[in-house]
Amino acid sequence: MALPTESPPTGATTAHMPDAQLPPAPTWRRELRRAWISMVASRWALFGLIILLIAIIVGIFGPALAPFDPNRQNIMLRLVEPGGAGPGGAVYWMGSDSLGRDVFSRLLYGARVSLLVGFAAIAVGGTIGIIAGLLSGYFGGWVDDIIMRLGDIQLAFPFILLAIMFLVVLGPGLMNIILVLGIGQWITYARIVRAETLSLREKEYVEAARAMGDSTVSIMFRTILPNIMAPLTVIASFNVASVILSEAALSFLGLGVPPNVPTWGSMLAESREHLLSNRWWLAIFPGMAIVFVVLAFNIMGDWLRDHLDPRLREQG
Amino acid sequence: MWTFLLRRLWQSVIVLIGVTLISFIALQIGGDPTYLFVSENASTEEIERARRVLGFDRPLHVQYLSYVWDVMRLDFGTSLTFRQPAMDVVLAALPASIELTLFSLILAIVISIPLGIVSALYRGKPVDGGIMTFAMIGQSIPNFWMGIMMIMFFGLYLSWFPISGHVPFLRPLFHGDFARAFGNLPQTLHYLIMPALAVGSYTLARNARLVRSSMLEVLQQDYVRTARSKGISETRVIIHHALRNAWLPVVTMIGLEFGFVLGGVVVVETVFSYPGVGRLVFNAINQRDIPVVQAAVIVIALIFILLNLIVDLIYARLDPRVKL
Repeated sequence: MALPTESPPTGATTAHMPDAQLPPAPTWRRELRRAWISMVASRWALFGLIILLIAIIVGIFGPALAPFDPNRQNIMLRLVEPGGAGPGGAVYWMGSDSLGRDVFSRLLYGARVSLLVGFAAIAVGGTIGIIAGLLSGYFGGWVDDIIMRLGDIQLAFPFILLAIMFLVVLGPGLMNIILVLGIGQWITYARIVRAETLSLREKEYVEAARAMGDSTVSIMFRTILPNIMAPLTVIASFNVASVILSEAALSFLGLGVPPNVPTWGSMLAESREHLLSNRWWLAIFPGMAIVFVVLAFNIMGDWLRDHLDPRLREQG
Repeated sequence: MWTFLLRRLWQSVIVLIGVTLISFIALQIGGDPTYLFVSENASTEEIERARRVLGFDRPLHVQYLSYVWDVMRLDFGTSLTFRQPAMDVVLAALPASIELTLFSLILAIVISIPLGIVSALYRGKPVDGGIMTFAMIGQSIPNFWMGIMMIMFFGLYLSWFPISGHVPFLRPLFHGDFARAFGNLPQTLHYLIMPALAVGSYTLARNARLVRSSMLEVLQQDYVRTARSKGISETRVIIHHALRNAWLPVVTMIGLEFGFVLGGVVVVETVFSYPGVGRLVFNAINQRDIPVVQAAVIVIALIFILLNLIVDLIYARLDPRVKL
């Protein structure tokens, strides 16, 4: 048996093709620099990034930052106004609720639930959607038909109703809400991935990979998928925003996580009982928290779209 | 025309079958659904009896077929709290929700279109920046929090609007009592303004942005330039040439947004103690009144499908390129 005259090149799928046929291979460091410059140029995007970083830090370190146990009740110190004295000379920066719990501490803990649900639901929905979209776009035919009709049926339901229906039966729980919200999002990703796959399927570099004998799975995930990450990133950013809004709405309805976990939505639900007695701090702070985080994701989505879509960038 | 209608109707039927399948699965997914219909401290015999009465002891496919049959007759069983057919309970609450949905859509459209046009015409100016910032924030506010804030400010502090309740317009109208319906109308609107704005805030913000980008695109087209070069007044160019074409994406979007609006109605009604289907669902959730939840979900899904059908027809009518 003859030994091969040359060692197999690394990155076998692309080695024999002229460079012109390849999608541009950006070096990530240059990309990152370009992104940073464009972000600083747009003050909105920078604002969004800062809010987002604060939210993520609070989400991770919230329990360490919180001055009080968010569930510790103190009947003697109910409905203290913001800045009022808490137990042992401490201050209730954002006041206390009707059970004497510190609103600020509950707010910090709430960030964790919102972000966790937001990111996890997108991971669930994105994974299902990407696989479904790749299958649908790559194979076409009846596979495509079934997957897309399933999506149509799901979109025929106002999403929040679908979530209500399942959560009423499943009961509240972090895992349940992540699954329900995640499954609610898959079709968005599937449609985009399908459309992009349809057009990429005929491209030379995909054909080259096929000619090189790459497996279908490898073509789908290693050749096609990396080239459609840009639109997916944009959608994911907007999607996190809408999932956080949905989670807040479901928690507000009492269908979110169990009652002993503080969330912004459930804090707002509790604030309703005190609307008439003008305990404004119970409603203002959790609401502002939701608005800022959702706003940050929406801004980032806008910026990513402008940044990743060269056509829009040229238009300015 | 007829082939389009038939194809569209056929699609709706398939979607409807899907809807029944999903709601059936939702009922079964948590294990034996009997437990959803009996009280928490029911004895084993009671549970067994309930299972037989409700038919949950039959094979799944038999259960599904009988469920579809029930849905077709709009029979969802008896409400556990109202002790009357669940469908009747939902239908009684429906007119109020329709009023809220329609009014919030109308508000969103009427406000967003001028905002979007002004923004596009003054592109890059402070007016544009202001409107778009406003729209960006509008898209990020949870509708129920918007409701709470409006109650606090316009309802309690300024006392401009009532903070809860509803004066019926559609119900007397359906009963043929026109004098009462139109006599009620000013009051109806007064009660509706805050909840409708809360429900429509997202749609309003999103449409303003959409109208702007759509207008910007259209204003660069050749036919707009031609119209201008013919010396037609700018107002006429904008209304007759640009707006007419900028409409299409907005109509599509409104169709897609019905889902948001209907979902918003469910949550916002709770905030305003507004006696519609949304508050009914909320109470039914808390009392675990499953028949009412199911009936309400199916009714809203039906309305949603119907509205989408109507939007498609309007779209086809507005855009001559879509062959009917």
